[in-house]
This record gives sequence, C-alpha cells and structure tokens, in this order.
Amino acid sequence: MNKKIALILAGLVMPVMAWASGTSVHLDHANINLKDKASLQHGAQLYMNYCSGCHATGFQRYNRVAVDLGIKEELMQTNLMFVKDAKIGDLMNNNMTASDGKKWFGQTPPDLTLVARVRGVDWLYTYLRGFYKDDSRPFGVNNTVFPEVGMPHVLQELQGVQVKTEDGELELVKAGKLSEEAYDESVRDLVNFLAYSGEPVRLEREAIGVKVLIFLVVFFFLAYLLKKEYWKDVH
Amino acid sequence: MAFKQSEAKGLLGWFDSRFPLIETWNAHLAQYQAPKNFNFWYFFGSLAMLVLVNQILTGIWLTMNFNPSAEGAFASVEYIMRDVEWGWLIRYLHSTGASAFFVVVYLHMFRGLMYGSFKQPRELLWIIGMVIFLLLMAEAFMGYLLPWGQMSFWGAQVIINLFSSIPVIGEDLGVWIRGDFVVSGATLNRFFALHVIALPLAIVGVVFLHIVALHHVGSNNPDGIEIKDKLDAHGKPLDGIPFHPYYSVKDIMGVVGFLIVFSIVLFFAPEGGGYFLEGPNFEQANGLKTPAHIAPVWYMTPFYSVLRAVPHKFMGVVAMGAAIAILFVLPWLDKNPVKSIRYRSWINKLLLGLFVVAFVILGYLGTQPADPTPTLIARICTLYYFGYFLLMPLHSRWGKMKPVPERVTH
Repeated sequence: MNKKIALILAGLVMPVMAWASGTSVHLDHANINLKDKASLQHGAQLYMNYCSGCHATGFQRYNRVAVDLGIKEELMQTNLMFVKDAKIGDLMNNNMTASDGKKWFGQTPPDLTLVARVRGVDWLYTYLRGFYKDDSRPFGVNNTVFPEVGMPHVLQELQGVQVKTEDGELELVKAGKLSEEAYDESVRDLVNFLAYSGEPVRLEREAIGVKVLIFLVVFFFLAYLLKKEYWKDVH
Repeated sequence: MAFKQSEAKGLLGWFDSRFPLIETWNAHLAQYQAPKNFNFWYFFGSLAMLVLVNQILTGIWLTMNFNPSAEGAFASVEYIMRDVEWGWLIRYLHSTGASAFFVVVYLHMFRGLMYGSFKQPRELLWIIGMVIFLLLMAEAFMGYLLPWGQMSFWGAQVIINLFSSIPVIGEDLGVWIRGDFVVSGATLNRFFALHVIALPLAIVGVVFLHIVALHHVGSNNPDGIEIKDKLDAHGKPLDGIPFHPYYSVKDIMGVVGFLIVFSIVLFFAPEGGGYFLEGPNFEQANGLKTPAHIAPVWYMTPFYSVLRAVPHKFMGVVAMGAAIAILFVLPWLDKNPVKSIRYRSWINKLLLGLFVVAFVILGYLGTQPADPTPTLIARICTLYYFGYFLLMPLHSRWGKMKPVPERVTH
C-alpha cells in the first residue's frame, strides 16, 4: 500500500519537475493586508478619485464598502461618491457609458470589482508601477506587464515619468508628487482595496472557518471514540 | 387478502402495517450484512452520497437567487456572493462540492479497480456506477456554464465544437445542443434546465439503482472474497456485521474527517489554487475576447488530454469517448480469478500503479497549454491508458498470484 501511495505522489510531482515554463513577466509582491483599515480607506480614496471615473465597480454597493472599511456614510456620500443622484445603497457604477468608453479608449474600460481575482494582486501591483514613456502609443505610455495597453497612466501626477532603459529596467526621469516609496505604498493600498472588493467577505469567511474547524476536530474525536466503543465486539 | 397487522405497536405499527418500514430498515441497514474488514477506501461511497445531498440542497438555495439569462447570470452570482445572507457560503459549498464530488468519485472508482469490485457478480453494479459518472460529468459541464464567466463561455464553446467535428451531422448537432450558432443565452437557459431538473433527477434515480444492485449482490471487501460463501448456523455470513450500527458510526467518523478537509478548502482556499474556480471565470463572458489559455476544470482534464493527444480532431473526440467507454467493459477485460490487488502478482500491482501515474499526469497536462514536450508526454500516457485496458485480458494473468485466504483478514 505504501508503495502505491509513493507512486501516486511521484506522479503528482513529476510533471512539475519535467519542465519549467518560464517565459512570463516577473511580478513584484504586493504584500497587501486586508486587515489594515487605514490602507483600505486610502485605497478606496485613490480608487474613487483616480479610477472610478472610467471603471465601474458595478457588483459592489457603496454602503457595503462604507460599513466594511469603517467609513461614515456622510463621509462616503460627500467625498467618495461622484455619480449624480447616487444613493448610498446603489451599486458603484459610473457616469461613462460603454459606447463612450469604446470611442475614447478603443475598448470599454472593464469593470474592476473582480479584477484582483482575475489578474491576481501581484499583477495589479506590478502593472500600476509599470507604466513607461512610449510616444508610439496613443496616450504616450506603454506597460511592462500589459504591452500595448490602451489605458493612459492616470497616476502619473503621483508617480512621475518613467522610461525603459536598454536593459529593460524602468527609470524615473521626472519626479511626481510622491516619492518612489510613497508611490509604491499608495499603489499597495489601492491594490489592497481592489483585493477587498474582489471578495468582501474574505476575512469573515476565514474567521468562521477557524471556528468550524475547531468544532469539527472535537466532533471527529468524539466520533472516533463512538466508533471505537461500538467496534469493541467485532473480532 | 387479509390485512396484515405489523408486530410493532402505536404509530410505528400503523405505518408499518401500510408501508414496509421495518422490513426496509432491516434489509438495507440494521440487518444488511457488510464485510467487517472495510478499510479507508470504503468511505468514499457514502461520502459521494453526502456530497450529492450537499449539491442538491445548496443548488436549491442558489436557484432562488440565480438569474438564468446571459444578461443577468454573472451579476446574480456576485449578488449571491455579496447581498444574499450567507449567499457566499451557499455558493462556495456548491462550487467546492462540485470538485469534492469528483475527488470522492475518482477515489471510489479507484477502490473498485484495486479490489476487483467490478468483477462477477458486480458487473452490473459497476456499469450503473459508470452511468452515474457519465451523468455527473454532463451535470458538472452544464453547471459550469451557469456563472457565465469567460471560462464558462469558452469552455462550453470548445466542448460543444467537439460535437461539431463529427462528420455529416456535426454542424447540425452543435446548433441543436447550443440552440444557436454560438454559445448564447439560449444555451444558458437550456443548460440551466438540464442542470437543475433533468440531470439531478436522473442522477438520484441511478444512484438508487446503484444501491439496490449493491445490496442485492453484497459489498466486496479489500480481500476480494465473498463473505456469503461462509455462513453460520443461522445463514448469516461469518465475516459479516450489520451495516447499522457498525458502519453507520464508522461513516460518521468518515464524514467528519471529510468535512475537515472540505472546510479547509471551503473557508481558506475556495478557489482551489485556481483549479476549482478558475481566475478568468471572474470576468464576465465575452464572445469577442478569447482567453489566452482555455482549460476545462480539473476533473475533465484527463480526458481532455486524451483528446488533445490525438493529432486529428474528430479522431481525438473518438479517443476521448473511447477512454470513458472502455471503462464500461472493464468487467470483461480482467481475466484474473483473483479479485483483490492484495493477492495479485507484483506485475499487476506495478501496472495499476503506473496507470494511476498516467491518469494523474494526463489530468495535470490537460490544465496546461499544449506545447511539444507536454504533448509528447500526454501521448505516451494516452497510449498507456488504452494499452492498460486493451491488453488487460493478457496482463491481468501475468505473474504469480498469492493464495487467497478463506476468511477476511481483520
């Protein structure tokens, strides 16, 4: 029996070792922390001010964000809601129509509610720090992880201008409002917010999971004792 | 015919006089004789039943808030995840349950392979089980379209196009399945109907037949010997114990053990590392945007690999079908009188072990892009897969078998 299990394990590991597909772009670690409320609030602030004009978050509601992130409803309404006549219980759509978006950017800017689950947080973190000057592109910028990107570098005023050197590294040639460290930190907060938005229930899910597991482990022990008791007379 | 009064008193007696309550209870639980030497591998049958119940219950509650239309399906899933009370839990129970179902069923089938549970007198039991497996794949495939994500859409597109490669009738067949020339809202509607009504009904019905057949021939066991051959003075198998309470309490333990593993995935990794819920499926279906890499969900991938291993599209479809069909005739391919792997030759053990390795590699490769090296490996594994079954009439008798004991080992 042990031999068979060893064989199964070998079968699982072998294909992984057989070859390594290594053409993908290097991604930096986002190191987000969903428990960091300040980071999430800053992320929400950045998102609403820089992203939400073009990108909808159409599966999420304003009041859910307000409650989960500890933002007062009035604060949310006066500072973070830019859609005319939007109610606090509305979905976080935006003012741009799909056809306008297509006309202006070549394709409609995608909804970002779930983008962190599609792309992964590391991809987003690298993407938002990966814009560089490229005059051949319609908006004058290109991106290391998303070549030929259709989006302008919206955070340029914060980051400044980067160029791609001959050996492929990015170099800051014109400073923005933020230092490099502060910009990375801001992007981290923004990615943190997007990760939250991808699955708002995540922290609650994990907290409940711990309790469920404790219950099940105790239950298993009792079930084991019960089985043992009943099986005493089987020889 | 005179009214036959039950021996039981009171309400139970009233019912039992009119319905074979006690008789059924005894025949299938309290007096059903199961071999006393069941091991770990014998948990997966009852676990499959547990997961089936989970899928049906969570499915009912999902249906209450799901919107089966191309316009509303994706948004309604997120509505369930965010706005419906405990909706996220119900949804993850269902999505994790789908993968768990296949984990459990694959292990259950492997158990049958190991201990010769498909051999006489259980050929029909095995075939009914294979029908369940087929229905389950159809059920899972149609269910996967419903969230209307990119992988739902393109996965369905790819699989239905396979039918279109059948000569002469293929094109019309594809249109007939989709109800349209491409996967569309019409496809979603009919898949919804089949997923929530037709297939679950069929699965429950065939599972019932599976249990009826099992209880008629009796359970096999890790030693692969018939406990009914050795009876005591009352005609009860010497190595048998009543299913209830012995295996009912043992299965409670199995159920809780399973739930621990299940909960770890459910609460801490519901995406299953991108294998249970694929990343691209969090993006709404878009017929104008093909994902970079279309991979079916993991439980389909061994057969998908077989399909891709064949250089000709239609022949690939034939090979994929054959990979499943060949399992139906397994009882007649194995010519060894010894059932259990325990008493078979080392050659038998080695070949079965390699079969597991080939199957797992095929499954892994099916999730990966079809580059030259993986394709070559997939071809080797495909050849082994078919070779294992087609040459079984020969190799099942190779090597020296060990003596099979008279009574079960416990």
